[in-house]
Amino acid sequence: MDLLQFARGPALTWAFVIFAFGMTWRLAGILLLKRRPDYSEPRNAVSWPGAIKLIVTRSWPRREFVHRTAFGQTLGYIFHIGLAIVVFGFAPHILFFKGMTGLSWPSLPNAAIYLSGAITVGALIAVLGRRLTHPVLRLLSNFDDYFSWFVTFTPVVTGMLAVAHLGARYETLLAIHILSVALLLVWFPFGKLMHATLVFVSRGSTGALFERKGASI
Amino acid sequence: MNEPNMLGASLARSGVSRRSFLKFCTAMASLMALPPSAAYAMVDALNRAQRQSVIWLSFQECTGCVESLTRSFDPTLEQMIFEMISLDYQHTLQAASGEAAESAREQAMKASYGKYLLIVDGSIPTKDGGVYSTVAGISNYDMLVETAKGAAAIVAVGTCSAYGGIPHANPNPTGAVAVSDIIKDKPIMNVPGCPPIPSVIAGVLAYFVTYGKLPELDHIGRPKVFFADTIHDRCYRRPFYDQGKFAKTFDDEGARNGWCLYELGCKGPTTYNACATIKWNGGVSFPIESGHGCLGCSEPNFWDKGSFYKPLPVPLADNAPAITAAAVGGIAVGTVAAVISRKHQSDISKEK
Repeated sequence: MDLLQFARGPALTWAFVIFAFGMTWRLAGILLLKRRPDYSEPRNAVSWPGAIKLIVTRSWPRREFVHRTAFGQTLGYIFHIGLAIVVFGFAPHILFFKGMTGLSWPSLPNAAIYLSGAITVGALIAVLGRRLTHPVLRLLSNFDDYFSWFVTFTPVVTGMLAVAHLGARYETLLAIHILSVALLLVWFPFGKLMHATLVFVSRGSTGALFERKGASI
Repeated sequence: MNEPNMLGASLARSGVSRRSFLKFCTAMASLMALPPSAAYAMVDALNRAQRQSVIWLSFQECTGCVESLTRSFDPTLEQMIFEMISLDYQHTLQAASGEAAESAREQAMKASYGKYLLIVDGSIPTKDGGVYSTVAGISNYDMLVETAKGAAAIVAVGTCSAYGGIPHANPNPTGAVAVSDIIKDKPIMNVPGCPPIPSVIAGVLAYFVTYGKLPELDHIGRPKVFFADTIHDRCYRRPFYDQGKFAKTFDDEGARNGWCLYELGCKGPTTYNACATIKWNGGVSFPIESGHGCLGCSEPNFWDKGSFYKPLPVPLADNAPAITAAAVGGIAVGTVAAVISRKHQSDISKEK
């Protein structure tokens, strides 16, 4: 078994198993927690509109703080959108999802993917630079932050190296790329990358609570 | 002038004109990306060379490699090869049989000991004492070891002799191995393919006869001049890959338009060979040009790398059952954790 076979075979299988186990474990553990009873009179009969509203509004900078948060949030949007384009727009990735789920959609031209990948890499490097140089952010950061950055950054870079055939033979680069994705999947449920799902849970819960209490969202 | 026992004289006697000979040398030098002066060096060297003694052993194989060479589209090529070398033993092609055939091999070994080129096609069975393939009552293993002793170099022609090939595929019932798994003390060049391109075989033979050594090899023993690039990088359909235009089935509009076959399982991106440049049947076409994806036949273990029709990005295994089981396990553990947490919460509330 060569490295690519290992990556496409056992490595991905185990990564999927750990990912599925971790995701369901954490989500079930959180969603089934006992909620504190709220004895107050509800101001609104239904609370889910507040949940959706808060998910949206908290995704946008508050006008009062925009001059302080704009840079970080812009970088965040750039690399999140860039990642989405690369992950969901590249033909080989769509084949990967089709192989897993049976779902398929039209792909983007490779040039658009390469451009998006390059911008994403740039934004991710800027994000790391900001974290390392910002005095408060640096104090707040721990291993989880840096490792989560690493497992996000590595698949993008290895993927770009693979398509450009830079540094090693294509099949080796492809294997490393798949292995980096496997590492991302393994780390995803247990680190801060879990925010990709929990951000909606936490914001939704807060929004629903605010709606019930009649607070401004 | 050519000495009577020299290759040049031999070719002239066989009716090969100097023009044909020059064309052959230029083509071979060009194929191997040698500098222009190499063509003249090749003409000179081949003219003065003794015909290279070659012993060709066929083991666990389908004769496709020999067929590829002898049924090649270009008869001049075939003629050139057999005039350039002295094929002293090849049990499919030689007229002799039985003891006479084996005697020819032994005589050739004795006459050119340390100088002859050994070509092998087919893998070597090692299980149960190698009984699964024998020639004249001699196991392939024993014949290879015995013949390799006096060889100047070995050329493993075809994926079976280079990497084990189809006989080596899981579950490998005969314990088939490659030449390089057995012979460790001789220079070995692998010319894989199922079968290899005839021009590639001719090219490496011409190189060996000219320079007396094997050309530069890659990390799995293949001549770099022919195996440095992937099929994908040299494929005429590559622009469609870059544009995101793919055939979805073998008879859809994309297939009719000649779009990329990546989604139909083409292994071109991970396959190193010269099919897309040299092509087959005198440069007529190659599998992708004929509408089928590359199988990756010049790569080790190509038979065991999943379906030929499974695209490269798709995981090899069907992971759905494992993922479902893991998800069920995760929900169970998460539920137990939540129940324990709820109990703690209740206990704390009671204490208050």
